[in-house]
Amino acid sequence: MITKPQKIDRRAFVIGTGAVGAGLALGLKIPFGAGVVRAQDGTPEINAWVVVRPDDTVVIRVARSEMGQGTITGLAQMVAEELECNWSKVTTEYPTPGQSVARKRVWGDFSTGGSRGIRTSQEYVRKGGATARMMLVQAAADAWKVPASECSAANSVITHKPSGRTTTYGKVAEAAAKLTPPANVTLKDPKDWTLIGKSVKRLDTMPKVTGAQVYGFDLKLPGMLNAAIKDCPVFGGKVKSFEAARVTGMPGVKHVVRVGDSAVAVVADTWWRAKTALDALPIVWDEGPNAQVSSATIADVLKAGLDADQAFVNNKNGDAKAAIAGAAKKVEAVYAYPFQNHATMEPMNATAKYTPDRCEVWVPTQNGEAAFAATLAASGLPADKCEVYKINLGGGFGRRGAFHDYVTQAVLIAKQIPGTPVKLLWTREEDMAHGRYHPVMQAKLTGGLDAAGNLIGLQIRLSGQSILTNVFPQMLQNGMDFLTFQGLHEKGDFAIGYSVPNLLIDHAMRNTHVPPGFWRGVNINQNAIFMECFMDELAQAAGQDPLEFRRKLMGKHPKHLAVLNAVADRAGWGKPAPTGVYRGLAQMMAFGSYVAACAEISVTGGNKVKVQRIVCATDTGYAVNPAQIERQIAGSFVYGLSALFMEECTVKAGRIEQTNFSSYDSMRINQMPKVESIIMPSGGFWGGVGEPTICVAAPAVLNAFFAATGKRIRTFPLKNHGIQMV
Amino acid sequence: MVRLTINGKTTDVDVDPNTPLLWAIREQAGLTGTKYGCGVAECGACTVHIDGKAVRSCAMPVAGAVGKRITTIEGLGAGGVLHKVQKAWVDHEVPQCGYCQAGMIMAVAALLKDKPKPTDADIDSGITNICRCGTFQQVREAIHAAAKA
Repeated sequence: MITKPQKIDRRAFVIGTGAVGAGLALGLKIPFGAGVVRAQDGTPEINAWVVVRPDDTVVIRVARSEMGQGTITGLAQMVAEELECNWSKVTTEYPTPGQSVARKRVWGDFSTGGSRGIRTSQEYVRKGGATARMMLVQAAADAWKVPASECSAANSVITHKPSGRTTTYGKVAEAAAKLTPPANVTLKDPKDWTLIGKSVKRLDTMPKVTGAQVYGFDLKLPGMLNAAIKDCPVFGGKVKSFEAARVTGMPGVKHVVRVGDSAVAVVADTWWRAKTALDALPIVWDEGPNAQVSSATIADVLKAGLDADQAFVNNKNGDAKAAIAGAAKKVEAVYAYPFQNHATMEPMNATAKYTPDRCEVWVPTQNGEAAFAATLAASGLPADKCEVYKINLGGGFGRRGAFHDYVTQAVLIAKQIPGTPVKLLWTREEDMAHGRYHPVMQAKLTGGLDAAGNLIGLQIRLSGQSILTNVFPQMLQNGMDFLTFQGLHEKGDFAIGYSVPNLLIDHAMRNTHVPPGFWRGVNINQNAIFMECFMDELAQAAGQDPLEFRRKLMGKHPKHLAVLNAVADRAGWGKPAPTGVYRGLAQMMAFGSYVAACAEISVTGGNKVKVQRIVCATDTGYAVNPAQIERQIAGSFVYGLSALFMEECTVKAGRIEQTNFSSYDSMRINQMPKVESIIMPSGGFWGGVGEPTICVAAPAVLNAFFAATGKRIRTFPLKNHGIQMV
Repeated sequence: MVRLTINGKTTDVDVDPNTPLLWAIREQAGLTGTKYGCGVAECGACTVHIDGKAVRSCAMPVAGAVGKRITTIEGLGAGGVLHKVQKAWVDHEVPQCGYCQAGMIMAVAALLKDKPKPTDADIDSGITNICRCGTFQQVREAIHAAAKA
């Protein structure tokens, strides 16, 4: 926790749209002058990123959220690399969104998604470390009355080279905090890094093995009550009535409250009692116009989009339709990808305390600023009367970034019980019913081959949901949702890896009442299946090896090709596989990184699939902590393969049918393949880690399944075809 | 009032006897290391030991635990020393978000009591906890390491 200087002015400013979606003007109190800012224990900040205690402990502030991906360790490595501090004495803390807003967003973006944690903050956090180092060195030089240029810093020790005198960061921190920060800092050349690129141990392991780690729903506050909630199971529906009197006499029950238009909560002394009473509470819903929608009606709408005249064109060159019409051979396939829930292990929750003068929220969130904005909106209080405290997340995967419906609910409940902290926890069933689902999408892919089997035309028509239209409509580009095309763009962080002489990729936007969200990997999950499975279909039609067929199209995409070649070499593509083992390939570029996979599977009885091994390569530009990248790769495969084999949210009578892990399953250890990671950073750019690799597991396995069985599966999950993961 | 023995301590909890043990542990005994994930014994995040056996506490009524030894993640190590499974978890940096890991560790500790040197097949059949972060590769390594410790 940090205390801020007392002197303030009252300038107003705007939080950017990236942080809160809709651009929110706030009246704020901003620090005035250059006074020293102190942490709660009185220790001075060197700058916003670095606090040094007298015992040389270095506290590094991290604005992004730790949800298992290792970002607090990676970002601390970045700061410490430039700070030249003793890594064994590094610890981290989260600044609060309220403090950040009050200090002109000194910590930048809090949003933790899009695999951006390191790649979009690497420069300013390294500068934060370098600036602090220069100030500490200057403070020592001032004390010694020598030029700073004669001093050096390493391992939290400052040395005056000519005299051999030394001091430590802790001893000069107080003086350093009073200095004016240098205007110009020079960052280290990557070749001189000693901490970045090293697989240092995570900083957050110990409390996670002892049970001491506090997650959002572990929070205890004095006088706190607990809430359980039911929102109308049909999206867009409302509460018609409920009979509170039927449950108010049940043990522990304190309040039965309406939450907005669409939900009812029971507040009790314990959560179990709240939940028990909620289960007994008669609620009548006004289900509204969506109560007739089903998976079949949604699929029909998307199917019509496959051949619709109007579509948003994203990537086009030549004349694909004419080339395909004139081709020696035409190949066509239709694929479909379902709704999926994030199913974080920790269900949605938030704790709120409201008085007319102040609203505080404690919440596991991927974006503290968005949680802050939700708090302001729900409480009706200005920014200087609100605060959000970020708590460790039991999984995020995109569910806890752009969406803070649970924060809104918690504040709306707390507002009805002023002065009492209320912890809201969703049941797993509520979490399944009120997700922000992986968008539903169909695709028609059409390819034309010439007589020699060369791909001369390719058309990809996507038909389905737009996340941005639902979540951040201000980011649409003349109505087009560019995110829909992730992995299929002409250039950029999601660039297609093939050169096709005649190409047309477009999107017939077909939105549904089921709210879409950013689900780990977002749109690369389905786009990689469409693109990479269809590449195999084309190769087969051309009578060519899938690797050789791809290579011919990848001459102008050397980084895409390099990761593909790496997995093919390691897996032994082109050489005989062990008896009964079949291989499949896939590659993609996403979130700034190049990724490829070669899967090896065996199939028994035609439907029992054992994924034996997946070799994965990724070029992330720079690799900050390779051990953690390996874990993200293997973990992304668990998420992606669970989705491929088992996960679908179906819609019946306007609501999601799945209720728990019994109907929405997830991989177990017996299904885990051996994952071999090739981390091959080529330098010069910063690519993402948490998401990119997720997308190559599924198409690689599907291509291997075709190799094993001759069957091409085009709708998912595989359980719908009786195919099991063993 | 129901009398429970949790981590060697006698604790009286004021709950209906049908309350799942998980919620008595969390909300009455105040031990929050044991997690709620599904409420239907599917995911294993709530795993504790009852008389040394792994049990999913979210689906067990508190009445069923009376007179038995309940051990939670907080009581797994003895005298501030990590249990060998916890130690292996640290050495192999198993946790990612960590939410499911208390249950995973409790399940593994019980497995190792039954099978001190488990094969991969023993692990496959004995450990069925869900981990959405996908730590299984490290879980397997750490189980074998703990078995050797």
